[in-house]
Amino acid sequence: MAQIIGGFFTSHVPAIGGALAKGLQQDPYWKPFFDGYPPVKAWTSAVKPDVVVVFYNDHGLNFFLDKMPTFAVGAAAEYPNADEGWGLPIYKTFEGYPELSWHIIEHLVNSEFDVVTCQQMLIDHGASIPFELGWAEDNDRTFKLIPININTVQHPLPSPKRCLALGRAVAEALESWGGDERVVVVGTGGLSHQLDGERAGHINKEYDTFCMDNMGPDPDAITAKSSLDIVELAGSQGVEVLNWLAARGAIGGDVKEITRNYHIPISNTAASTLVLERLEAVPAE
Amino acid sequence: MASTQTAKRVIPGTPVFDGEAASKGYALNAMCYSFNEAPNRQAFLDDEDAYCAKFGLNEQQREAVRQRNVLAMIAAGGNAYYLAKLAGIFGLNMQDIGAQQTGMSVEDFKAHLRSQA
Repeated sequence: MAQIIGGFFTSHVPAIGGALAKGLQQDPYWKPFFDGYPPVKAWTSAVKPDVVVVFYNDHGLNFFLDKMPTFAVGAAAEYPNADEGWGLPIYKTFEGYPELSWHIIEHLVNSEFDVVTCQQMLIDHGASIPFELGWAEDNDRTFKLIPININTVQHPLPSPKRCLALGRAVAEALESWGGDERVVVVGTGGLSHQLDGERAGHINKEYDTFCMDNMGPDPDAITAKSSLDIVELAGSQGVEVLNWLAARGAIGGDVKEITRNYHIPISNTAASTLVLERLEAVPAE
Repeated sequence: MASTQTAKRVIPGTPVFDGEAASKGYALNAMCYSFNEAPNRQAFLDDEDAYCAKFGLNEQQREAVRQRNVLAMIAAGGNAYYLAKLAGIFGLNMQDIGAQQTGMSVEDFKAHLRSQA
């Protein structure tokens, strides 16, 4: 079976990509945010994943409203990034792992998660920026990627309970895989923010703290609310925490917290970072 | 049948981009989606009227775009993630957009964000 090491959770605000491109890590506005990542980079360098499963939401690069899947699993040989219209650099193309993707898809559909499968899939900033933040500059990121997209764009959204269950089914799939790869799970987006409407700029530190405190020990506590409840609490885009819930499910088991950071604001967002490691994780050789 | 529909959840000041909005906003969001490609961004800048017409924007959507009015674009079915691509063409960032929608100055909007820390 594959060994699930743990998970890395992070906001994915596009402006972060702009700041990285301009080298603003020490700028007073950005420093409290970027200072959260050296412990993450140390962790990803130490655990050396062979495979990364990333749960994210596409923002209108790969998917448009003509066909909007609730859950979509990548099964491609590679995942390129592309121009999203804001002048961000084009990020790394990641190698895929179709055999493991199809194993996960088989298990998900057998578990009654009727997912969309994608043999061509562009990954947007939601999946790309986390790898710019959480991996050291000299780390060549040669792991194989499996992207899983969750609709957080067009209501009705999947429920928090369903997203956590999806993740748990992915953990089952990884644990029934014949290979011995080391797997890290990534959940991206959030936490609280709202870009649109008269309430634009809404942030909810108390709710974000609740989510970060419970993500490891008791993620089910977060699923007591509906997705629309979370929109009310965390903002229309704060509901991206659904990606975190799915990622938490895919880590499985009991976890310990390795590091966290929380800073208001980056752009309009409560920028949040968290690393959780499986208690029984074996160190890399 | 309208009589069988449950009442919509209303969250003050917060658009819920649902099927009704997605249907209404399809042309506007389709135009914004096209801005992923640089030649399309340039085509919009070169001839905004022609570009909007090509995507079949209705009068409400066309007027909202003409006025660069984000709340009006949302009322016409625009989705935040797609509208962000249009905002990028105008060189507006999310604080500019937030300030416009809340009626604050950009500096006041930034202070509002910081005040929630």
